Amino acid sequence: MFKYLKQLTSLVAMVAVLFTFTTESMAAKKSKTLKNTQKKGFVRCGVSQGLPGFSNADAAGNWTGVDVDVCRAVAAAVLGDANKVKFTPLSAKERFTALTSGEIDILSRNTTWTLSRDADIGLTFVGVNFYDGQGFMVRKSSGITSTGQFKDGISACTNIGTTTELNMRDFFNSKGIKYEPVAFEKADEVVAAYDAGRCDTYTTDKSGLAAQRTKMKNPDEHIVLPETISKEPLGPVVRQGDSVWEDIVRWSLNTMIEAEEYGITSANADMMKTSDNPAIKRLVGAEGELGAAFGLDNDWSLRIIKQVGNYGESYKRNIADTGILPDRGPNQLWTKGGILYVPPAR
Amino acid sequence: MNLKLKDIVPQLITVIAVVLIFGFFTYNAQINMENRGIDFGYGFLSQESSFDVQFSLIEYDGSHSYFRAYLVGLLNTILVSVIGIIIATILGVIVGVARLSPNYLINKFAAFYVEFFRNIPLLLQIFFWYFAALRALPLPQDAEAIFGVFFLTIKGLYVPAFIWQNFSIFFYSLVAAVIAIIVIRIHAKKVQENQGKQIPVFFISLGLIFVLPLLSFLIGGVKLSFEVPVLKQLATTSFIYEGGVSLPPELIALTLSLSLYTATFIAECVRAGIQGVGKGQKEAAASIGLTPNQVLKLVIMPQALRIIIPPTTNQYLNLTKNSSLAAAIAYPDLVLVFAGTALMQTGKAIEIVSITMFTYLTLSISISILMNWYNKKIAIQEK
Repeated sequence: MFKYLKQLTSLVAMVAVLFTFTTESMAAKKSKTLKNTQKKGFVRCGVSQGLPGFSNADAAGNWTGVDVDVCRAVAAAVLGDANKVKFTPLSAKERFTALTSGEIDILSRNTTWTLSRDADIGLTFVGVNFYDGQGFMVRKSSGITSTGQFKDGISACTNIGTTTELNMRDFFNSKGIKYEPVAFEKADEVVAAYDAGRCDTYTTDKSGLAAQRTKMKNPDEHIVLPETISKEPLGPVVRQGDSVWEDIVRWSLNTMIEAEEYGITSANADMMKTSDNPAIKRLVGAEGELGAAFGLDNDWSLRIIKQVGNYGESYKRNIADTGILPDRGPNQLWTKGGILYVPPAR
Repeated sequence: MNLKLKDIVPQLITVIAVVLIFGFFTYNAQINMENRGIDFGYGFLSQESSFDVQFSLIEYDGSHSYFRAYLVGLLNTILVSVIGIIIATILGVIVGVARLSPNYLINKFAAFYVEFFRNIPLLLQIFFWYFAALRALPLPQDAEAIFGVFFLTIKGLYVPAFIWQNFSIFFYSLVAAVIAIIVIRIHAKKVQENQGKQIPVFFISLGLIFVLPLLSFLIGGVKLSFEVPVLKQLATTSFIYEGGVSLPPELIALTLSLSLYTATFIAECVRAGIQGVGKGQKEAAASIGLTPNQVLKLVIMPQALRIIIPPTTNQYLNLTKNSSLAAAIAYPDLVLVFAGTALMQTGKAIEIVSITMFTYLTLSISISILMNWYNKKIAIQEK
């Protein structure tokens, strides 16, 4: 039987590799993530592989977008410099594993907040930085102007590993339409296949459709249909089990939104220190001891506003001025007819 | 038993070390999963999958279980592997023989093909065949019919569907033909060994395989009709074909690229095998009066196969494993459906990846066993 020992050992070794997990062990002490981040000197942030307006790298490798800005805000708060972020581009399929295995510390990648993701797989959603919904894009020349005109046999291109696949099934089933799902691993291939004529329609979150439309050979040939078939609240995600880190990310995002509400911008943040409004003074660190709760200094929120800007600035810079979605729609402050509403920082 | 202590101890230490490492990783994974509130278990396999798949050999939709989705992916992987292996083998043998051809043009063309296709990364070739073909193929409404019934379009290849009556009788007639051929071959071999007479087995076999199924049509009541695909309009500029069978372009592109790529390696195995048989063998066979056909069949090939089979087995394994690149072009294979969508929807990374790895392992080992059996069968029988 010793003849087989060699084979046996290699088999066992293989199985061992199979079960390899991150070597980070023991119950997380109070915010190990924060301590590690400060030790490393950069925030590890998972982003998309290129979605204009949300997370997109330019030719020089500089990342921009509203999702990117969340990570930059955390870096400004924790490390004092919004540029100290290491971005890891992830496919929809890889994203949660990268986060739960500890490869990244924040996932800010247009990810929909759902019950099963929040409760089931070791993730915690900290908020919503973009309210979205799933829609359909078609060629203008097809004459389709509403999803009511879809017929049996329609082929729909989309991404795997997203809520999109599930919503699409629910939608077509409820309408009793037979459809052909063509699901790719990467967004670039979805766009290329749809653009080539493989599919009659391309479905994903509407913001994604608007962003990807700009990548088409001829953007004017395509339209996004008016119907929205699902709720897609997109937001940053952290690993379960580190509530301090979770709070830091949540309140970095909230600070950006609250700063817009009080009219604090990257340009006027320093002057706001002498404001009469105590809520504003708290946000720029001139009053109260808000940072202490996270183990941060009192200027953490001021740095976010000065280096990254408020939510409105980020939206304008990344999404409105690039022509992706000039109208803020639901992503407007609650005081201006939108649904952006964050708990008060006090 | 002539085992000595010094033989056993190193092996024992290795085993213990491996078990310890394995235990450490398992323990660590458990702790990590517990900390992050992730449950471990295979119970999800019976849950409703709630996603659809583009192309499936068995009945499937989102109301079926994750296990069924796994089967869909597995069958699609097997389908593309089997078709790929068959085409790659046929093409590989032709090109391999062509490389030895004295004809300059054939020889150089075969060499060019081999060097070109084996030196470009497979993923690029898959993208090339998929996207180049997609852009080059016509939209359904512009497609010209091939032989009046086939339509090759950007949305797939549409072929007529067979509609059978009394299919079982036709099937049995085919089985009967195959059995008859085997019996005749055995008989012919005996006759040749005993009396030296040769029976034209090939022509008899050819006749049988045609005549028996034909009889099933004439007197067995078997009827075959075709359902030809018909163009259907979905919107002003959007059409599909209805009826018939449609093969998605993803399947065609993947099979094409896998076969063209792997055929180059098989061609080299075949060339090596034929060149590995000594020249004297051929001359000796000719000198005892065998015809060129018999020389190839009775002398060269049996020896060449011994050289060809083992490296070709590797190529079959490579092809099967390479089929996992399907995910890039939306062909719903095991990796895309199960290790892709299902993994995402359930979040059961360790469970699903382990099942997927184990499945590929089983597939590969099955091919190995089959090929090793064949290799043993054709190996030199030492008496």
